[in-house]
Amino acid sequence: MSIWKTEEHTRPWKGGYYPYDLVKELFIAVGVIGLLAVLLTIAFSSPDDKSSTIAQWSHELPANFATAASKELAQTSPIAEYGPPYNHSSGSVQHFLLLHPQRWLGVSHPINTADDYVVKPLETVPNDPALQSALAEYKAAPEKQKKEWSEAYLKPLEEYETAVEEKKTPPSTVTVDSNTGTVTVQAKGAGPVPVMMSSLLSLAKSGGLEGGLVTSSQFFQTDYTKPLLFMADGGLLAERAEANHLLGKQWGLMNETGSYPGQPWLWLYAFWYQVEPMKSSPNADIQVLLIMGVLSLAFICIPFLPVINKLPRWIPLYKLIWKEHYRAQQTS
Amino acid sequence: MSTTAPPPAPSTPGARAPSKSWTVKVREAGVDALPPEKLLPDGQPTYVASWIYVFGVASIASLIVIIGSGSILTLKGPAWWHYTGVGHFFNSIHLWSVELFFFVMVVHLWGKYWMAAWRGGRGRVWVTGAITFLVAVPAALTGYVSQQNFDAQWISTQAKDALNSVGVGAFFNVTNFGQMYSYHVLILPIAVVALVGAHVLLVRRNGVVPPFELEKRLPAAKPTGASAAGQGDGSAPSSTGGQA
Repeated sequence: MSIWKTEEHTRPWKGGYYPYDLVKELFIAVGVIGLLAVLLTIAFSSPDDKSSTIAQWSHELPANFATAASKELAQTSPIAEYGPPYNHSSGSVQHFLLLHPQRWLGVSHPINTADDYVVKPLETVPNDPALQSALAEYKAAPEKQKKEWSEAYLKPLEEYETAVEEKKTPPSTVTVDSNTGTVTVQAKGAGPVPVMMSSLLSLAKSGGLEGGLVTSSQFFQTDYTKPLLFMADGGLLAERAEANHLLGKQWGLMNETGSYPGQPWLWLYAFWYQVEPMKSSPNADIQVLLIMGVLSLAFICIPFLPVINKLPRWIPLYKLIWKEHYRAQQTS
Repeated sequence: MSTTAPPPAPSTPGARAPSKSWTVKVREAGVDALPPEKLLPDGQPTYVASWIYVFGVASIASLIVIIGSGSILTLKGPAWWHYTGVGHFFNSIHLWSVELFFFVMVVHLWGKYWMAAWRGGRGRVWVTGAITFLVAVPAALTGYVSQQNFDAQWISTQAKDALNSVGVGAFFNVTNFGQMYSYHVLILPIAVVALVGAHVLLVRRNGVVPPFELEKRLPAAKPTGASAAGQGDGSAPSSTGGQA
């Protein structure tokens, strides 16, 4: 006989019944919950911080945009080095022991950061002979040459960004005009890249880049993977997120903008990221998800788990729940 | 010219002839499992007398408010709530009903845990409830990433890493608005409603779990079989006969 289907628990109730209107109860409950939702709405409304755009990013943080875009061209950005499902790199590929599901599922949303974020959008810019010439030179060059040009252009930008981050004096090789939002990079051996990146910054500021990234394959589009991942490689989203306490170290997974409750039901999931070894592990995501997978399975199987399914009997909170029932039994 | 045979007389309990009709078999199985007085009882065992019982129906009520407000938002399209006051109002209703849903559902789950509400063949009741909670989590997440605002941008770009790490990102792309919106307004709500429906029918079939120690106060009874477990303790034996 199984422990959860014992004879005493299946015995028909021989005691009394009281009148009960199930349908009326449901209507009352909907009314009460609906009223509560309305009151909470009137008191607190809901957050709706406008989404960031690539145009906004390139206007507000032009050097950061130029650095991120140059990394995309040099294929050294987080997304360029990510791995599946975006490409065949390995920078963000995680595993647990012999489990390599990220690798097993392969590349399902292919992104070539140099082509998708720089070259193809620039090909849509009309009436710019200098850009067309630079693009032709870039595309005709061997891969090794392309990489040398890109990295030569990227190096001073990275030095500039590091200096800004560490609040040191930026190198003179990068100049940012705060009035025009232009970025001038003195890079030796960068070939046609300075012309290309200058045009890309102009395209981004005009708002044309995000449109190009979304509608690159067809007119109607609902997939924002490319522009979102491009923006995530930059600093604007993270800057806004930190200000809104949304970073991972700030339990950001369960928060949302403003002082709203967010997704508190994710507290246990967010918790595992705050403790070692997950906190400092390069495989934190798969570790946390596997932990949550096991715990979820255990949660479903509570009726069948030894000890766990006996705790309610041993810790008599049920005496509070059925207080009236026990009192009635004692007095009868 | 054709002739029409008279319709067969309705079957009566105890006088059923085996039927080859799939429809009849489904109907009979349904009525056997859940006769009307069990499906919609008008009597409740006297031990069902605690505020904790409110949280089950409150969970269903929250789900109804979620679906109602979500349907209005869906009918007007995903951008409507950003530029109209009425739209923002319904979005807020949707948000707060989701928060209420999770709150009351968690209290309901804890209450049922401390009642050991899986006793007496009610394991499936717990299992469907637990799976409902777990399915509701991605239902909410897909809503957050479908908002078309900064929260959606940030949450989707952060959530992708966890989903990619276990391979789920290959077919469930949180940065694909179209896919997430479909999951949020159709696939996951259907799953939640189906699970809640199964959960409620199982509760009605098995009855409300009785208090601990009940067995100590009753005379010993013969072990009951599966059908007795299905009738369960706590369910009204008839629409009126069992009332106090």
